[in-house]
Amino acid sequence: MQVFDLGSTGTTAGLITARNAGLVACQRCGQVHAIGTAYCKRCEGRLQSRDTQSLQKVWAWLIAGIIAYFPANIYPMLLTNTLVEHSESTIIGGAVDLMHHGAIGIALIVLFASVVIPIGKFGAIIYLALSVQSKSARNPHERHKAYELVEFIGRWSMIDVFVVAILSAMVQLNTVATINPGIAALSFALSVIFTMLSAQSFDSRLIWDADKP
Amino acid sequence: MSQSLPPLDDLVACHHCDTLHVAQDLPDRARAYCQRCGSVMMTTQSTAIARVLSLAITAFVLLIAAISFPFLALDAKGLHNTTSVIDAVLAFNEGYAFPLAVAVAFFIIIIPLTRLGALIYALGPLARDKPAHAGAKRAFGLAEQLRPWSMAEIFIVGVTVALIKVAGLAAVTIGPAFWAFAGVVIVTVLKDQMICRYSIWEALEQQPD
Repeated sequence: MQVFDLGSTGTTAGLITARNAGLVACQRCGQVHAIGTAYCKRCEGRLQSRDTQSLQKVWAWLIAGIIAYFPANIYPMLLTNTLVEHSESTIIGGAVDLMHHGAIGIALIVLFASVVIPIGKFGAIIYLALSVQSKSARNPHERHKAYELVEFIGRWSMIDVFVVAILSAMVQLNTVATINPGIAALSFALSVIFTMLSAQSFDSRLIWDADKP
Repeated sequence: MSQSLPPLDDLVACHHCDTLHVAQDLPDRARAYCQRCGSVMMTTQSTAIARVLSLAITAFVLLIAAISFPFLALDAKGLHNTTSVIDAVLAFNEGYAFPLAVAVAFFIIIIPLTRLGALIYALGPLARDKPAHAGAKRAFGLAEQLRPWSMAEIFIVGVTVALIKVAGLAAVTIGPAFWAFAGVVIVTVLKDQMICRYSIWEALEQQPD
């Protein structure tokens, strides 16, 4: 693939944004309109120069996500019944079990997807929201990367929920062994969904506004 | 200030940071990035729409196969249990876990099928140089909006983890649907890499509504 530079507008004064130029751009298709236009003429999407309620929505979904994350870790994720025993395992407990089975790589994937990613995501979103609120102009490139990473990686936390779904569907062998989902599966799925909504509510253009007066 | 700018239709703004650029025709197999934040703004491939469409149709057929054939079979102490993707969804159908069954059904079956269906509906006529169907723009917008919620590839990784968890407990056989699902994942990744939103919107715009 060849890398190609699009000509920028305002070559002498540096790059300008649609808003600085008194225009509004469509976030879906890139078409530019005069400010105040309500719907995009190309893709018929709704136009908004900046989402003024972005941060409110980000905080609301984020707090919901953090609240749901606690029961997800405290309550059991899997209920296992075999002929001889009944056991309940939490997210962390399940990963530790995997380690005892010798599947250290898989245990690390599970730990990464259900502990490191969610907590890292909470931290990253808090950092992004606070930096936009304080109108910080520092390292926009790093913050933009953080935003893209959060958007990309957030969905992967769903792995554990799917593992529980597959195990519960597969291991239904009457009295010999059954596996059923615990309440934590529901709270964990909710936590992931809320955090994804929080990241989606974040208007990344706000990161870049601070370096322009 | 706007007097000095080129006509609005020649401009394109970065959807991530709002920076204005002048759109131009790219040479084949080129990729254009935003000058400020580095997001991909356009990619070109003269046959892109036809290829995206054919990949979408492939993924759609594979997904139907993945849903209907047995996915995994489990044997332990003389007992046998075959699981399809639908069973994985229905695993949550009791009591408080019911909402979870609905969510899993959406993430791995309904949303991927809707996305692919909408894409085929929007791009089908374009690939044959015919006028687009009514609502093609809305269909493509929907396919784009649902993108983060379509989780087939995550489901496949989940299956792998689950297989290792039960490996000690019972013998697991992989069914045809597993391979179909893996195919869906690969084809979807290829398709999403190839798609250029800008040129598809442009192609849809030139259609009489």
